[in-house]
Amino acid sequence: MKKVYSSAAEALDGLLRDDMFIAAGGFGLCGIPELLIDAIVEAGVKNLTIASNNCGVDGFGLGKLLDTKQIKKMLSSYVGENAEFMRQYLSGELELEFNPQGTLAERMRAGGCGIPGFYTKTGVGTVIADGKEVRTFDGEDYILERGIFADLSIVKAWKADDTGNLVFRKTARNFNPPAAMCGKVCVAEVEEIVPRGSLDPDHIHLPGIYVHRIIQGEHEKRIEQRTVRSREDA
Amino acid sequence: MPWDRNQMAERAAQELEDGMYVNLGIGIPTLVANYVGDKDITLQSENGMLGMGPFPFEGDEDPDLINAGKQTITELSRTSYFDSATSFGMIRGGKIAAAVLGAMEVSEKGDLANWMIPGKLVKGMGGAMDLVAGVGRVIVVMDHTNKHGESKILKECTLPLTGKGVVDLIITNLGVLEVDHKGLHIVECAPGVTKDDIRAATEANIV
Repeated sequence: MKKVYSSAAEALDGLLRDDMFIAAGGFGLCGIPELLIDAIVEAGVKNLTIASNNCGVDGFGLGKLLDTKQIKKMLSSYVGENAEFMRQYLSGELELEFNPQGTLAERMRAGGCGIPGFYTKTGVGTVIADGKEVRTFDGEDYILERGIFADLSIVKAWKADDTGNLVFRKTARNFNPPAAMCGKVCVAEVEEIVPRGSLDPDHIHLPGIYVHRIIQGEHEKRIEQRTVRSREDA
Repeated sequence: MPWDRNQMAERAAQELEDGMYVNLGIGIPTLVANYVGDKDITLQSENGMLGMGPFPFEGDEDPDLINAGKQTITELSRTSYFDSATSFGMIRGGKIAAAVLGAMEVSEKGDLANWMIPGKLVKGMGGAMDLVAGVGRVIVVMDHTNKHGESKILKECTLPLTGKGVVDLIITNLGVLEVDHKGLHIVECAPGVTKDDIRAATEANIV
């Protein structure tokens, strides 16, 4: 079965529609599927619900889908770096469901593992618990959170082989594996597609069973906060 | 003389023990790393890393290597990387011994508010709710009073909570207070600060 496609647009062909639910990998601007986001902008599908820890920045990453008003609702833990996000949210154009970061990651992982709900103590006694079932285990309260089952996952990895086995690099792994797992279909963009057999099977971070389509491309990999120390201080 | 930011961070570092895995929040908590001395402390960054190193030298920045504040950082010889679900699994599972965090308000029952002010721009809780619910010990480092001179240690928090009954220790510019099932206790005063000074600056009941 062919998993390797020549472009982001080709890899997304037949997968996009209005009102769909997309799970996206990345943390801040680190490890985000920039090429697939650009292709979704190009495709113009609207009313999207997107589960992603953040929503990019103005004009980059998922922020591009805000500029084109293609997003109806975000499930995120932190949306601080985006003026257009705040404008749309405060004017009521954009819905936002805050999820604690670990709860969002576990909701994706759970969905990918066929688990429709799980109990967690994160958020007990806060607004996050409003309207959720509370259950006591061994004298401690937990709230019920739902697994996420997305229509489509878009993720970014470092390397892939043609069977979809993925290897990530450093902290660019972040939400990509759980986001990949929770979609009916997962499209991955990578920096390099390597020949089958050249990845050590013991070093695969995400097995190809979760990955249906792959593209290779050039990534801008923008840095959000460039912090350095001087060599004299060392 | 009340403690300054660095002295508060230095005092917080005294709470960390050899061998601990620790998560440091943004702001003063980040400075704690400068004062761990010879103790073998492994820092967690909740975006998926254990063994967080210092900022890179100019020119060595790697866009694939950032901390939870999205700042470029470096790795150490002990570093490991993992995905966000695994990262919060170790947080929720109580494997991280301590978190040092900033706060807007703390109550005498250990309730913590540090993520949202109603009517102001809401950016989100990030990983704060997961951390305070999951880690072994929550240490808050903050100024004792806000910019209007009002106590940040209250009988009840007025802001939306990050966690209920989660704070174990509060380190302020005036001293150190412990929260246990009986209430709030003064553990230590900053040099030149008396227990009465702390009581006078605190709205909450001190046992």
